Amino acid sequence: MLKLDITAQVGDFNITAAFGADAGITALFGPSGAGKTSLVNMLAGLQRPSQGRIVVQDTVLFDSTLGINLAPEQRRLGYVFQESRLFPHMTVANNLSYGERLVPGGIDRADRVDRDEVVDVLALAALLQRRPNTLSGGERQRVAIGRALLAAPRLLLMDEPLANLDAPRRAEILPFIERLRRQFDISIVYVSHNMDEIVRLADQLVVMADGAVVAQGPVDEITARLDLRALTGRWDAGAVLSTTVAEQDAADALTKLSFEGGDLWLPQLDLPIGATLRIRVRARDVSLALTPPAQISVLNVFPGIVLEVGEDDGPQVDVLVDIGSHLWARITKRSQRELDIKPGTKVHALIKAMAVDRNHVS
Amino acid sequence: MLSPLEIEALALSLKVALWAVACSLLPGIAIAWLLARREFPGKALVDGIVHLPLVLPPVALGYMLLVLFGRNGAIGAWLYDWFGINLVFSWRGAALAAAVMAFPLLVRAVRLSMETVDRRLETAAQTLGARPAWVFLTITLPLTTPGILTGVLLSFIRCLGEFGATITFAANVPGETRTLPLALYTALQVPGGEAGATRLAIISVILAIFALIASQYLAKQLSRRIGLH
Repeated sequence: MLKLDITAQVGDFNITAAFGADAGITALFGPSGAGKTSLVNMLAGLQRPSQGRIVVQDTVLFDSTLGINLAPEQRRLGYVFQESRLFPHMTVANNLSYGERLVPGGIDRADRVDRDEVVDVLALAALLQRRPNTLSGGERQRVAIGRALLAAPRLLLMDEPLANLDAPRRAEILPFIERLRRQFDISIVYVSHNMDEIVRLADQLVVMADGAVVAQGPVDEITARLDLRALTGRWDAGAVLSTTVAEQDAADALTKLSFEGGDLWLPQLDLPIGATLRIRVRARDVSLALTPPAQISVLNVFPGIVLEVGEDDGPQVDVLVDIGSHLWARITKRSQRELDIKPGTKVHALIKAMAVDRNHVS
Repeated sequence: MLSPLEIEALALSLKVALWAVACSLLPGIAIAWLLARREFPGKALVDGIVHLPLVLPPVALGYMLLVLFGRNGAIGAWLYDWFGINLVFSWRGAALAAAVMAFPLLVRAVRLSMETVDRRLETAAQTLGARPAWVFLTITLPLTTPGILTGVLLSFIRCLGEFGATITFAANVPGETRTLPLALYTALQVPGGEAGATRLAIISVILAIFALIASQYLAKQLSRRIGLH
């Protein structure tokens, strides 16, 4: 799908990056100034790497040894910018068709995206005759996404598309981006420094710091790694579980999700049985017990083995527990000492059903 | 209401100004684009030459035109030999003089407007598959239209008032190069011509004010239309 291996000099900052991305959403994550936007610009042809190679869908976009450097207009990568960059002198309809009209004639119908479908999925029908300056921030981003999709891109680049939006607007756009992947079968490189967004959207995660790729892999694997904790976030740290809807209990308004470590009961989710979803269980919502607790209100108890105990300056530590899947628990140092929790200790992990709220479910 | 001579001078002024602006529009946009968007050696020199008519005495400029475009001038002789075009004593010469004098105003307005066009929009167009020329035609140029309009009207007004370069280069020929300012000047040379001069002055003022108001109104309308305000 995408293969990238480049080095570049941006000002007095060096970028060295090598990663691949498969179908689905690949998130590029890292703190501000890590070089994420530069990297995406190099993918799009807006900045030139000093050396290396970029290949998308068997098309070489850049190769320093072969002297290939396609111009941005020849790369056919859709780019959704942080600021929507809609053309102010055109209606929404004309913004949408701008790239669509420029798709080379040789491109198969199958590779094109159907305009009506885009308008439908992104709910743009009511906006078509309006001017960009009359749209809300969220509406603008939806139009920008549609505009990029209609240019029949090989790959969609999204550079923090939600960063300029407030929380309610973000929540409004996220489902649209989720639908993109399902509906249009398009690969997306999604730049963000927001872990919640990434866990909800991404399949693969590439972590960048100081211009270098420090880790890459499936989202649940990367977020579970303790050595990356400084980058992937501490306060909102948690593990990602891939689950399947197994049972709906209408009477108690609960849903049973099964995953490799067992079954998890959550407040009812409006999903059909068999649907897959990833949930994020925050470390601070998980408690540990040495013996199986009895007469307790917590519904979800999983036996497991401690794999790793983190280091922390504060009063708490993060403990990685293998319950079939990886789970993080944040407990106080006092509890850790009193229970003598160390790698190899058999524990029971307790997850309160109400702790996993809808925001952490995708 | 207006005498035949006044109508003649007014019509000639409008004709000269229209031709002058029409012919300088495309070169004006091209040079504005060069100055706004390109870096090249000698850019400061080009910038200086374009702005020269603003600071040079118009008579001096008219004289330079005479040297270059007169029947014996480097360019003038060539134009006459090959195309039979004679600029001196002709309304075409008046139009050239007016165009040169008004050129900096046109370039300046277009350039300022082009510099305010958000280049990120041009980048976005590029990522959507647009080649540079198409980006210019569909993004840069439409967003520059308020500046182009302002430049066109300002230089048009400037052309209507052109005197020094015109009289030096194209001379003061009734019906051919005697535009409103030249007619006004001529009237003042005749004893008892003050009444006629006053009428011509009033016509000039009305014309100029009308053009200015129209320019501001249209520029505002246009900005709104292209969604800038």
